[in-house]
Amino acid sequence: MNYSMIAYITGWVLKVEAAFLILPCIVALIYREEDVRAFLLSILICGGTGLILTRKRPRSTMFNIKEGYVTVALCWIVMSIMGALPFLFSGTITNPVDALFETVSGFTTTGASILTDVEVVSKCVLFWRSFTHWIGGMGVLVFLLTVLPMVGGSHMNLMKAESPGPSVSRLVPKVRSTAKILYEIYIAMTILQVILLLIGRMPLFDALTITFGTAGTGGFAILNDSLASYSTYIQVVVTIFMILFGVNFNVYFLILAKHVIQALKIEELWGYLGVIAAAILIITWDLRGIYDSIPEAMQQAAFQVASIITTTGYASTDFNLWPEVSRTVLVILMFIGACAGSTGGGIKVSRLIILCKTIRREMVQITHPKSVMKIKMDGKTVEDEVIQSTHVFMIAYLIIFTVSVLIVGIDGHDLITNFTAVAATFNNVGPGLELVGPVSNFSLFSDPVTLVLTFDMLAGRLEIFPLLILFMRSTWKKF
Amino acid sequence: MRIIIIGCGKVGLSLAEQLNEEHHDLVIIDSSAESLQEVPENIDAMKIVGNGSSIQTLLEAGVDEADILIAVTESDELNLLCGLIAKKAGNCHTIARVRNPVYSKEIEFIKERLGVSMVINPELTAATEIARLLRFPSAINIDTFAKGRVELLKFKVRPEFGLNDVPVSKLQERFKSNILVAAVERGEEVHIPNGDFILKDEDSISIIASPRNAAEFFRIIGLKTNQIRNCMVIGGGKIAYYLAKQLIDMRIDVKIIEKDKKRCEELSELLPEALIVNGDGTNKKLLLEEGLKNAEGIVTLTNLDEENILLTLFAKDQSKAKLVTKVNKIAFDDIIDRLDIGSVIYPKYLTADYILQYVRAMRNSIGSNVETLYQILDGQAEALEFAIRERSQVTGVPLMDLPTKDNLLLGCIHRKGKIIIPRGHDTIEVGDTVIVVTTQKGLHDIQDILKK
Repeated sequence: MNYSMIAYITGWVLKVEAAFLILPCIVALIYREEDVRAFLLSILICGGTGLILTRKRPRSTMFNIKEGYVTVALCWIVMSIMGALPFLFSGTITNPVDALFETVSGFTTTGASILTDVEVVSKCVLFWRSFTHWIGGMGVLVFLLTVLPMVGGSHMNLMKAESPGPSVSRLVPKVRSTAKILYEIYIAMTILQVILLLIGRMPLFDALTITFGTAGTGGFAILNDSLASYSTYIQVVVTIFMILFGVNFNVYFLILAKHVIQALKIEELWGYLGVIAAAILIITWDLRGIYDSIPEAMQQAAFQVASIITTTGYASTDFNLWPEVSRTVLVILMFIGACAGSTGGGIKVSRLIILCKTIRREMVQITHPKSVMKIKMDGKTVEDEVIQSTHVFMIAYLIIFTVSVLIVGIDGHDLITNFTAVAATFNNVGPGLELVGPVSNFSLFSDPVTLVLTFDMLAGRLEIFPLLILFMRSTWKKF
Repeated sequence: MRIIIIGCGKVGLSLAEQLNEEHHDLVIIDSSAESLQEVPENIDAMKIVGNGSSIQTLLEAGVDEADILIAVTESDELNLLCGLIAKKAGNCHTIARVRNPVYSKEIEFIKERLGVSMVINPELTAATEIARLLRFPSAINIDTFAKGRVELLKFKVRPEFGLNDVPVSKLQERFKSNILVAAVERGEEVHIPNGDFILKDEDSISIIASPRNAAEFFRIIGLKTNQIRNCMVIGGGKIAYYLAKQLIDMRIDVKIIEKDKKRCEELSELLPEALIVNGDGTNKKLLLEEGLKNAEGIVTLTNLDEENILLTLFAKDQSKAKLVTKVNKIAFDDIIDRLDIGSVIYPKYLTADYILQYVRAMRNSIGSNVETLYQILDGQAEALEFAIRERSQVTGVPLMDLPTKDNLLLGCIHRKGKIIIPRGHDTIEVGDTVIVVTTQKGLHDIQDILKK
């Protein structure tokens, strides 16, 4: 294990985070808020630690997949701890466990909050809270790859560990250029959304924070009722962008590179859009009596469906009060999640497509025991290793999910609350149902349960294994 | 530069490793996913499973934006086809590995008609390298450029050579040998001499000459080259064939020991001047009988690395010959280097190095009319290769009448596969490739060699 390299990269991540913390300071200066001190102090601690860790370049640049996973997991943990400091220093949140939960929820783009009233929180803290979504969406290490020239095998191994999905594909030969392109697309789409929201007469501050939440598929809003009080235009814009940010970014790259036909051949895209369309139709039908008109029902359905499947977690209405079919559909969507290679969470559509195809293969092999069948996706053979790791991912996912529900149960709330709380955090969605519904929050849980949910969020964002590896003894052994 | 490598074998991997360190955009294509998985994580390259000669795969690899395509798969024909298709689909330089001796003779045609920029034959490259090792002592430094076609031999002038105070223009007359002084290092400075330049003792001079002429010249001035007079080659593969040919050309007696009777017959047909011995190279008695003790050069070229190394160790014990060992596997190179068994040749490395040299030269020449640019004499001078495509001020004029810049020299003219060491009466013609040696940096066009 190359500890010096891990420390070095972690140090760089902290330096980047310190740089990002300057933005809320500017916000605080604009609105003349006292909390600027909390941020300055955080920058000092975060940046200082970063400087100490990056003081000397590591001697050995050996960096294998193991180091990649450990670095990513450690970076996310350290980054979350540092990111929680402003909440504590400003007094917005007094309990350290809650502050950590809030930050992890931000970075993992979950959007589950323990704040009971966000409208009293100062603007700069709200800005930071939303901005963590934006940082976490595409990943801070992917960002680091674009700015820091790294040697050894660090590039791909970091990217592999941080990017969601069964396998990481390169858009261009260099990982660094790939990371750059991803961020360029990300930033361009973010700016576009801000402009469209501003056209809808949304205040700049609201437009920025809501866009951060959408881009990272996070879900922190700045009003207690999430997005319910904004105009229909704004809700529609947000709906569209949530769906767009949940699409595999490869699609955008291919379109930009003028390979539109290739882009449209990506199966995951159609799977994703198909599920969205089906869910909207079912829910609209289910809601037909509740709303005045079908278009209104459809708009509400679309917003909630987009919000949940992309694991954003905004709400334009209290969907906890919807009829059972709609609620069930939404819970199912939580698990499906967005596309691989997007900013969304969940199991990912591509994994489900692979799993469905293996089921089909299994059935064919039962009827024709000697048959040989390769699984294909987008016209390419899916390697057996990818299939294997998809299966193992599912098993690990189910085990962690089950154990989490069990532990969360000790607080004594009802099963739907517990189940959806874990589903909402593990899939990085945000709001669940009943006591953790869209107009409620996570403040009701005790500290140990909050920690378990914090772990779930991290595990969900990093796709389980980077985090699990930290707990394996042989990871830390020399031989 | 964007470089596509087709074929992920040892050469492909070794190339990828080097090119990765030079920060090129790499795409590696191989038909086997398993081979691609062998590519270490630290190589920052896109990997594509597919057939390199399929246009679909090549487009996916971005052949339209690629600068160089290197085809190093197992099959010669596939490599050539890859190069051909890539040339048509994109507009990149193409390098193909072609090892079949039948094609080697047709390299000029392949290059000209099929548009393959460079054809590399690993066995030939290895043989040339071995011949070079056997030919000269370490007192003579060898630099190659123009894709290995031209050699620059550098040595220090000693008083006994009688070169002191001799003007360069009188060299040919006085020593009756066809050589060209390309550069003179005097103290810290590098001069590219014209005819009036006067040589001094203690100069380091670099000459361009064919191997035979160089040997002749060294003999006349009395520079002991310790050139071997005979050589024993154990193992009669393709390298042995190419090597024997080159050694015979330098008037060195060659004895090849080969196990396979049929191959012996083939070799004896191909190399009538060489002595072909049919027998097991690991047979100590046979080796001693064939005069191992008195051999001046011993080259082990069997297919087994272990056998080669053991044979060399045995030869080292028995004779005072110059030893060259061929090793295919690169994995334990550091250990082998420590064995102190003379020179070790890694054909796979050589191939990769050769291609790398081309890639580097190409990168240097981007944005000008220079075909390739080589840094020579430790970067103090440049050798530039220009293709003459049209008539201009420089064509058709005898070189002595061309008002060229100072510190600039026409090193050689490559005309239809033949190398001409140019003299004052020679001319540059359309269709030639000329090599200009100069310390003046920043030449962009052949016209730039003229005084303004």
